[in-house]
Amino acid sequence: MADTPITLHERQYHQLKAVLARLRMDSSARVVFLVDKDGQEIAVQGEIGNLDTTSLASLAAGNVAATGGMAQLIGEKEFPTLSHEGAHESIHISVIGRMLLIVVFDERSSLGLVKLRSKQVSQQLAAMMEEIVNAPKDDSDSPFAGITDEDIDSLFQ
Amino acid sequence: MTFINYASREINCKIVYYGPGLCGKTTNLQHIFEATAPQARGKLISLATETDRTLFFDFMPLELGTVRGFKTRFHLYTVPGQVFYDASRKLILKGVDGVVFVADSQEERMDANIESLYNLEENLKAQGYDLMKLPYVLQLNKRDLPNIIPAADLAAELKRKEEPVVEAVASSGAGVFDTLKAVAKQVLTELRKG
Repeated sequence: MADTPITLHERQYHQLKAVLARLRMDSSARVVFLVDKDGQEIAVQGEIGNLDTTSLASLAAGNVAATGGMAQLIGEKEFPTLSHEGAHESIHISVIGRMLLIVVFDERSSLGLVKLRSKQVSQQLAAMMEEIVNAPKDDSDSPFAGITDEDIDSLFQ
Repeated sequence: MTFINYASREINCKIVYYGPGLCGKTTNLQHIFEATAPQARGKLISLATETDRTLFFDFMPLELGTVRGFKTRFHLYTVPGQVFYDASRKLILKGVDGVVFVADSQEERMDANIESLYNLEENLKAQGYDLMKLPYVLQLNKRDLPNIIPAADLAAELKRKEEPVVEAVASSGAGVFDTLKAVAKQVLTELRKG
């Protein structure tokens, strides 16, 4: 059986977005986003423009998974942070439990500032995600409990 | 892992195409990419070698439509089929909601199919999943080639449970969407169970 689905309610989503918005401001970053370790985007904040956040989320998760695999080969549990610095744009990724906090920044900021600010919010984000993941499941309010075969078939018409 | 976002009213699910090297996993994704309206899908990301062999994974997000007011988005991944990329395959199975096993119908690839299927079961187990309980489809690909094993024999050899079996020619698109539909349907049915 697949894992239990993660359900993110509106209140939780806006709380996460508020934390990301503050981090973005404090770190002078372009975009900040939160991604599940499996590559699912959870929340994004910032100048998205034409940025393909879905692909970026998937590739960041792949990147963390690959470097995590390397870490284990040399006897480390994982590498908690990853940084990629480009000529103009850079990416900093922090592993927070089962989530990845990704900060995209340019010359207006610096790696040191992004690292510091990311670290400052990681505990808060970890606690929020724990609450989301461990929330009691109430199947009665699930929109999918009453899903019919016709509903599913209609997707493939 | 299925991710349900009430704020953006989206469901996101992960489907992985598995199978031996050169069986047509990437070709399945390429056909879906080419046959889908641009607004329904994102970019097809291929992390491949210079000779177009999948190095890490291919990835494509696909939006199928709306169920009960929720957009259903499927994240389609392929694994590298070559035996020595096993570490990468394990990583890509993390958080999987449904698996498609793409079998190569050619006689000379039978051993490779069996080895890859065994590898799938082992790698799922390592991630805490059980193939017997996971949404799963068996695709018999390359049905247009001359030296193929009869579909019934191939299915008898490779079937693990009562999974749907789809005959396909991924290079022309035959059976590709039937396969996707069969696995997506099972994933959504799982959601109904909660």
